[in-house]
Amino acid sequence: MAVLAHAEAGEIAARLRNLAVPAHQDLREPESGLVMLRGRVGGDGAPFNLGEATVSRAAIRLASGEVGFGYTLGRDGEKARLIALCDALVQSKDFGATVERDIIAPLREQLMVRRKQVAEETAATKVDFYTMVRGEG
Amino acid sequence: MYVAVKGGERAIENAHRLLANARRGDQSVAEVSLDQISEQLGLAVDRVMSEGSLYDRELAALAIKQARGDLIEAIFLVRAFRATLPRFGTSEPVNTGAMRVQRRVSATFKDIPGGQILGPTFDYTHRLLDPSLGQGFVPEAPATAEASTAPTPRVTDILGRDGLIESSPQAEDGASVGDLTREPLNFPADRDLRLQNLARGDEGFLLAMGYSTQRGYGRNHPFVGEIRFGEVEVEFFAEDVGFAVPLGSIELTECQMVNQFKGSATEAPCFTRGYGLAFGQSERKTMSMALVDRALRARELGEEALAPAQDEEFVMSHSDNVQATGFVEHLKLPHYVDFQSELGLLRKLRKEFADANAPDAMKEAAE
Repeated sequence: MAVLAHAEAGEIAARLRNLAVPAHQDLREPESGLVMLRGRVGGDGAPFNLGEATVSRAAIRLASGEVGFGYTLGRDGEKARLIALCDALVQSKDFGATVERDIIAPLREQLMVRRKQVAEETAATKVDFYTMVRGEG
Repeated sequence: MYVAVKGGERAIENAHRLLANARRGDQSVAEVSLDQISEQLGLAVDRVMSEGSLYDRELAALAIKQARGDLIEAIFLVRAFRATLPRFGTSEPVNTGAMRVQRRVSATFKDIPGGQILGPTFDYTHRLLDPSLGQGFVPEAPATAEASTAPTPRVTDILGRDGLIESSPQAEDGASVGDLTREPLNFPADRDLRLQNLARGDEGFLLAMGYSTQRGYGRNHPFVGEIRFGEVEVEFFAEDVGFAVPLGSIELTECQMVNQFKGSATEAPCFTRGYGLAFGQSERKTMSMALVDRALRARELGEEALAPAQDEEFVMSHSDNVQATGFVEHLKLPHYVDFQSELGLLRKLRKEFADANAPDAMKEAAE
């Protein structure tokens, strides 16, 4: 589900369109709120409150009974609903494999490509130290 | 007697209408979009998120636009907005050790595992204005190199293995985490509250406080153990789901300051620490925060606390720029009645002064 939280709502929606989505209903209407983000003293010590972030959430139940939850940073309630729908679908035996193959896997691939690009650009700024020889040889 | 004075509604309405036009500026010039602010004024967005204490790039960009680029006004807008939303809960503490670093430097060790990574930085630029930026500048594509899979452990973790640096204080079992957005501030305040206060504190104020420690007002001999900037994953324990769900990732800057050692009869001397953490790429902010965090530990470390940066009541009560600007700027709102009473008192005092200092002859003549 982490992959979906990193994707744009439009990307998830576009891939869901190719799927005959079964009947479902909102268990929790999409809503936006706050989550207090915590850090740790010194990076690895006792927790402290760093500041809040906007978060959206939703829950969905398929007609076949599977319940899915969607949580994501930001105020896009529709994205939370799409994540909840995918979460419900991956649990269903009729749709699980398809959702993994046609929605989650390609989005994961896309995320990895983006991260690799950033990592390669970052790597080019790594310092290679060399020693200057002083005086005459 | 209290006299309510009304009036000025039309003037206020028209002033706000004029403000909307002043904000837009010359309408023959293209309007700036939120995406443009977020992408091209990214560090202003980071600052508004940090001090507004709300991670949401789009909202921060909107606030900057609405505030005409006045960042403290933008921070005020973001703080006011956050008060309108319900809180779902608290995240699991983020793991900065697992950060996907885009920048990571240490001023204490040249050869650190994972290396010194400069990333996008103003450091080593010549600070010469670049006229080409004013004329549709297209940058060269970034250079690339093979990405390393080597871990980038925190420098303080490396020092910690040899016991050369104090370890981070751990939470006591069942201890709650202080939250100054929920409970009023009391002194003395614990480190969790102090760090929360500093994390949302004004960058300029913290910079001045941190600088004052370097100039000798509470000196603590700092070295930058490490600064890192990059993405960390956020997880949230959702009660309806029953386990921690991923929310996505945020960008953070972390500063580990390594400071002069302390020791005692029972403990070997070791370096002490100050810590800074903020949203986005906020290096000056996290460095200042780490200096002030360390200074505020004076009491705990048995140091004489004589300097302003070591006085937690002074620092924590004045670090918040929304509170500060509210109190300073309220002075320009009508104080007509207050001022009238002061004026009345002053006239009385002046009359008494004139009477007391009048030459006797004048007094007699007056009688």
